[in-house]
Amino acid sequence: MTAKQERPRLALAEEALVFERSRPGRRAGRMPVLDVPPAPDDAIPAAMRRSLAPRLPEVSENELVRHYTRLSQRNYGIDTGFYPLGSCSMKYNPKLAEDAAAMAGFRRLHPLQPESQTQGALQLLVELERALCAITGMSGVTFQPAAGAHGELTGLLIMRALHERNGQRRHRVIIPDSAHGTNPASVTLAGYETEECPSDERGLVDVEALERMVSDDVAGLMITNPNTLGLFEENIERVAAAIHSVGGLLYYDGANLNAILGRSRPGDMGFDIVHMNLHKTFATPHGGGGPGAGPLAVSERLVPFLPGPRPAFDEGSGRYTWDEGDDRSIGRVHTFWGNFGILVRAASYARALGSDGLRHVAERAVLNANYLAHRLSGTYDLAFPGQPMHEFVMTARKQKARGAKAMDLAKRVLDYGFHAPTVYFPLIVDEAMMVEPTETETVETLDAFAEALIAIDAEIETALDTLKSAPHTAPISRPDEARAARDLKPRWYPDDHAVAHLANAAGPDDKPTI
Amino acid sequence: MEFAPHTDDDVRQMLDVLGLSSIDELFAPIPAGLRFDRDLEIPIGLSEIEVLRDLAALAAKNRSADDLVCFMGAGSYDHHVPSMVWPILGRGEFATSYTPYQPEMSQGVLQALFEYQTMISELTGLEISNASLYDGGSAVAEAVHMAVASTGRRAVVLAGCVNPLYVGVLRTVARGPELEIREAGWGSAGTSDLDAVRVAAADAAAVIVQHPSFFGTLEDVAALADLAHGAGAKLIVHFDMTSAGILEAPGALGADVVVAEGQPFGNHMNFGGPYVGVIACRREDARRLPGRLVGETVDREGRRAFVLTLQAREQHIRRAKATSNICTNQTLNALGTAVAMAWLGPAGLRELGESCLARARYCRDRLLEVAGAKPAFAAPTFKEFVVRLPADPTRVCERAAADGYLAGVPVKRLLPGRGLDDALLVAVTERRTREEIDGLAEAVARACKEEA
Repeated sequence: MTAKQERPRLALAEEALVFERSRPGRRAGRMPVLDVPPAPDDAIPAAMRRSLAPRLPEVSENELVRHYTRLSQRNYGIDTGFYPLGSCSMKYNPKLAEDAAAMAGFRRLHPLQPESQTQGALQLLVELERALCAITGMSGVTFQPAAGAHGELTGLLIMRALHERNGQRRHRVIIPDSAHGTNPASVTLAGYETEECPSDERGLVDVEALERMVSDDVAGLMITNPNTLGLFEENIERVAAAIHSVGGLLYYDGANLNAILGRSRPGDMGFDIVHMNLHKTFATPHGGGGPGAGPLAVSERLVPFLPGPRPAFDEGSGRYTWDEGDDRSIGRVHTFWGNFGILVRAASYARALGSDGLRHVAERAVLNANYLAHRLSGTYDLAFPGQPMHEFVMTARKQKARGAKAMDLAKRVLDYGFHAPTVYFPLIVDEAMMVEPTETETVETLDAFAEALIAIDAEIETALDTLKSAPHTAPISRPDEARAARDLKPRWYPDDHAVAHLANAAGPDDKPTI
Repeated sequence: MEFAPHTDDDVRQMLDVLGLSSIDELFAPIPAGLRFDRDLEIPIGLSEIEVLRDLAALAAKNRSADDLVCFMGAGSYDHHVPSMVWPILGRGEFATSYTPYQPEMSQGVLQALFEYQTMISELTGLEISNASLYDGGSAVAEAVHMAVASTGRRAVVLAGCVNPLYVGVLRTVARGPELEIREAGWGSAGTSDLDAVRVAAADAAAVIVQHPSFFGTLEDVAALADLAHGAGAKLIVHFDMTSAGILEAPGALGADVVVAEGQPFGNHMNFGGPYVGVIACRREDARRLPGRLVGETVDREGRRAFVLTLQAREQHIRRAKATSNICTNQTLNALGTAVAMAWLGPAGLRELGESCLARARYCRDRLLEVAGAKPAFAAPTFKEFVVRLPADPTRVCERAAADGYLAGVPVKRLLPGRGLDDALLVAVTERRTREEIDGLAEAVARACKEEA
């Protein structure tokens, strides 16, 4: 190993659980002095009173801040370094969006305030809807879905509502075998059965197989384009024609929209329903797993089916309003209006980039991916020969034959100071390694990452044990995942024994002193 | 303003390496007829200064809870967000990290989620919490999926008044598996009609109760658990965790699944999101739990380590047979909830409950002094309550807003045609002072008089 790759990026010191820092009587937050009469004891029936105080930690604010700061130092973010996760679009998250979302006029707004008090918020949504329609070539948007999978379910329920409106109960939804797992899971939740369409030898939908699969029992087809192999489905119009010929609808999984911003539009490809992942394409921070936002755009005939109420502009009065819709709407999918705070960030991003900047996003993303694929192609095999768009999939089949699996290679990448690429997805690729560099990385970073992967490949001959036991510079080595599942421990217990008194009322002696 | 770092030279040199002469050639895989060669119909990019000026102008068109004293609730509350929460969550190592699928690089988020799960377990009284769902409404729907899978039954019973917004989400989601939703309604006390629940639960998968209810009334969770279990159904409780310092944990009263809206801990109202969907269940139901779950294990050196576990439940492994389709959740907001819970500690949590309870009682008493105002329900309440007004509550709210108050949520807005057209739902958090409550009572009295 070179000195460079030995340098850990993250804090190695273990951090105690916040509960282990707890000392009886210590505390951080306090309530204001009660300036109203205290509630009498019988304000709550005795049987409903809490018998045993919850064992929240008792720590000072200083300790709490240090605890979370140290935890953060044991975590890798885009702000830490390169994050080449395929299908995740882990690009730089602009800080200006954080400033916008923190404005009191957005952050301190109650969702049920009357329209007259929320004109700015409604205007932001209406303008964002117009921008998303322009980008996708669609006619109307719902902002309620909180994430991509939530958008998928919403779109499938709209699909179903349209067919039922037409007096048809269809049963099947087709998805390519390269699809994200959310697609078939959403299909099931919408009350449909998944039928998998095979990919051809080029990694594209096998159109002839698809044409044999369609029938009037098919509600629609869900597809990502570019697909999960990073390849543009060049026969998408034929796919659309096949689905539309039996009255089915075409659903666009927007996970890979970053590749075509301003260069191609799902609406022009024949799609009827499109979800977007604003936490990917519109650079809102992924937050360690969320919050995201998965707005759904649809073609004109499907607009009445969208969840309501929807933000609208009334030309007559010049006011922004909530449009309740009619009985064609499938109803709400979010308690309120969606992840508004994320929408503010996405709106800020869209304004900052504008029509020119968004187009450059796709151009630079595709340029970076092609450049990196080229740099690596001498060492790793691309899974399919086609020219990739914003991401590419390699297969470590060759490396596996020499002794190192994709997982070993990915873990070793961590020692070189980068996050690992996505591995073992898509499922149709043996030993898959999927890389999406995004547009916000410099050529120097891409070169360094390529050199790391090439060096790791060489380690198969020179340092196989080191490779297979990687990572060596991360806060932990490989964890025992089988044990985690077998001896499930989903929470901390005092003294680490079982939870005798959870869900069992205990006597007053057990109450902590508070 | 753009965030791609490429200089013109970079682009040229990278294209050279690829043997391409123009950016357009990168898009050759897109058939010519599908290439979009016009400008998108949106304005060109702006500088940071201009973007923030525009957004500030939009924000200024809203009247926030900084301008108006907030007594609105119904699922979103003006609780205090501790000052330390967002500076912590804003740290890039948390905020800009991906889902912790690579545990070696994600111990920070994983441990924080493990601690979150523990705190949720403590507050709900059930052993296993997941790492978050979207919000309180989607949590109800996910709990129903669990109960349906567990019992093989297809009907669910709404006991008492469950927030109509949550019910709305449930009705939409129920379209997929074609579930039947039965409303057992509420009695004059504003709580579950136990006899109606008994009848409706006969062949049901679950009884769902909100505690305290949408009306703020305290429900008899133990009695509902007995009824549900007697019928072979699961009891799902939507719980207000800000009451957990003074109200018994639903798990200790027999709830099988507890769900909640986590917003009140550490999350701003944000015009409705992002919030946190909380869900917790018993150990025997762990394999039906939706979403991500963090578990403790050890690494190769035997050091404590945290990982996402039981992933065989999830969509990326089980695909069409998954327990749920959820992937991206609300992790950062869940961390906010955890930070706020830890900031409160057991003493702060109890004080929070006592404070909300006392302030809400005082507020109810003051509003009932308004000429013509009447209590809507007799049952004890926690931090929300319903009062019937002698004037249209929507108009009263408009007038009170002119005096600087968000007086509450007119019940008819969410529950039309239920005989509650004169009712106002009022929420009182620990932030509301006696002076503000007195001011609200005066504003409402004045508004009622003017509307009379």
